[in-house]
Amino acid sequence: MKQITNNMEIINKFSNSLTRKKLKEYVGLLYILPWIIGFSVFQLYPFIASFIYSFTDFTMLNIPKFVGIKNYVDIFTKDFDFIQSMKATLIYVVLAVPLKLVFALFIAVVLNSKLKFINIFRTIYYIPSILGSSVAVALIWRLMFMKKGVINEFLSYLHLPQPDWLGSPSGAMVTISLLTVWQFGSSMVIFLAGLKQIPNELYEAGRVDGASKPRMFLNITIPLITPMVLFNLVMQMINSFQDFTSAFIITNGGPMKATYLYGMKLYMDGFYYFKMGYACSLSWVLFVVILIVTLVIFRSANNWVFYEDGGKN
Amino acid sequence: MKKKFKISLNYIFLIILGIVMIYPLIFLFFACFKTNEEIFGSIALLPRTFSFNAFVNGWKGNGQFSFTNFYVNTIQLVVPTVAFTILSSIVVAYGFARFEFPFKKILFSIMISTLMLPNAIIIIPRYIMFKNFNWINTYYPFIVPALFACYPFFIFMMVQFFRGLPRELDESAYLDGCNSFTVLIRILLPLCKPAIFAAGIFQFIWTWNDFFNTLVYINSVSKFPLSLALKMSLDNQSQISWNQIMAMALASIAPLILLFFLAQKYFVEGIATTGLKG
Repeated sequence: MKQITNNMEIINKFSNSLTRKKLKEYVGLLYILPWIIGFSVFQLYPFIASFIYSFTDFTMLNIPKFVGIKNYVDIFTKDFDFIQSMKATLIYVVLAVPLKLVFALFIAVVLNSKLKFINIFRTIYYIPSILGSSVAVALIWRLMFMKKGVINEFLSYLHLPQPDWLGSPSGAMVTISLLTVWQFGSSMVIFLAGLKQIPNELYEAGRVDGASKPRMFLNITIPLITPMVLFNLVMQMINSFQDFTSAFIITNGGPMKATYLYGMKLYMDGFYYFKMGYACSLSWVLFVVILIVTLVIFRSANNWVFYEDGGKN
Repeated sequence: MKKKFKISLNYIFLIILGIVMIYPLIFLFFACFKTNEEIFGSIALLPRTFSFNAFVNGWKGNGQFSFTNFYVNTIQLVVPTVAFTILSSIVVAYGFARFEFPFKKILFSIMISTLMLPNAIIIIPRYIMFKNFNWINTYYPFIVPALFACYPFFIFMMVQFFRGLPRELDESAYLDGCNSFTVLIRILLPLCKPAIFAAGIFQFIWTWNDFFNTLVYINSVSKFPLSLALKMSLDNQSQISWNQIMAMALASIAPLILLFFLAQKYFVEGIATTGLKG
């Protein structure tokens, strides 16, 4: 009798845990349900729709008609602004992103050298990252870099040449790139967290082996920080390819479309001229460019990113 | 001796860099009190006389709508967006972090990969969709995606945080008769406070500063948030009153600066726990 009740108990427990497990499966799905809906409606659908629209002449006012690959052909053969804005964007990304990361890493290393008041410096350097994307800061930039603005007044005070920042193509590009570099704080904080994780024993071992400081930096610090470099590089690159506010507010894409960034071209074609189908094709070209650059970075990462587990991941 | 010299050199460098970094904001602050002529052609930081005229005149906006309106609009846009982002991210992250279900791995990978999905590619169909919903000129294009957890960054951040909490907590709560929902509410949520603060602050700042999306979805002045109002005050004047624009620029970012100083430990914590960008 006892045996039977025992068995019953086991069976009960078993079936209980089974139904519980089954139930739990659905419970998990239930919790992520909001995301599944949100993802399908606000991300997956627009993603697919954008691809389909890119083969139409949709303008918001007409009934969209399929035009095949006409939009894409036009982009590469008829649209001179496309080449210009792609060129400007590439220059901007290549100029601003590496400069920002090198700067961020450099400052992080200086801050990591056991100085006092590091928290205060870190706080101050971080502020621009918080405000940098706002219209307010773009307006400050525009005012400071005007021909008679405070930057040029400062340069004249030092008897240095005063470039026409916003009036010359290269000056305008430098101006908006400087705004990006100014926001190095967020990358710096990530580097700083990475530097803190490097075990001290490695440096001690290096010291015992008689390695000089620059050598230890090159052979210990740099390799161990490369995963953070990779992460920062990819994220900053993707973001910079789509930058819009600085070009729109500070330079208005000018002069002579030198800072007509791709994000701005997309906005103008899509929401100013309402060439929606065409703008979708433009966005897919951008997507492919970003994808290629990302893949190239990840591919090359095998050669320069150091993984502690020997690169098996 | 040499070492001391080197350390003080480091400090001098850091201090000068700090001044350069913060200079645009100091410049902004004093420019608000200057006359329009004073802003140009001089490197003097301090204004000759402190005048609040720029604030008074700038605040009037375009005559019909003042910055009081724009401020209220911004709050109406930002607060629900932030609240729903936190709410939905916690629930979804809890699902990913604590439960096993079919296709979990694939779904999680999809969620992570949307972190890298460029906004540029989905903005046009989204606009068309919201236009069909009659949501243009409302704040629904910001609030509803927040309600449905469309900010993968924060889901990921919360997942990372949940993973750091021991599972024994949940299990002992189950034994005490909690169900999965009460475990979340009573046991895990109180422990999540730092992560919630961090997520809330980031989302607050990003939504507050967002210019591109507001430019796309909002086009009547009565609904303008601060970002669009600033751009408008630049466009509307034939003779740009830079002191007024600077005064309103300061007014628009002052809450962010304040928030940053009040909550800065959460910023660093937030970045440290996720290892993600800020």
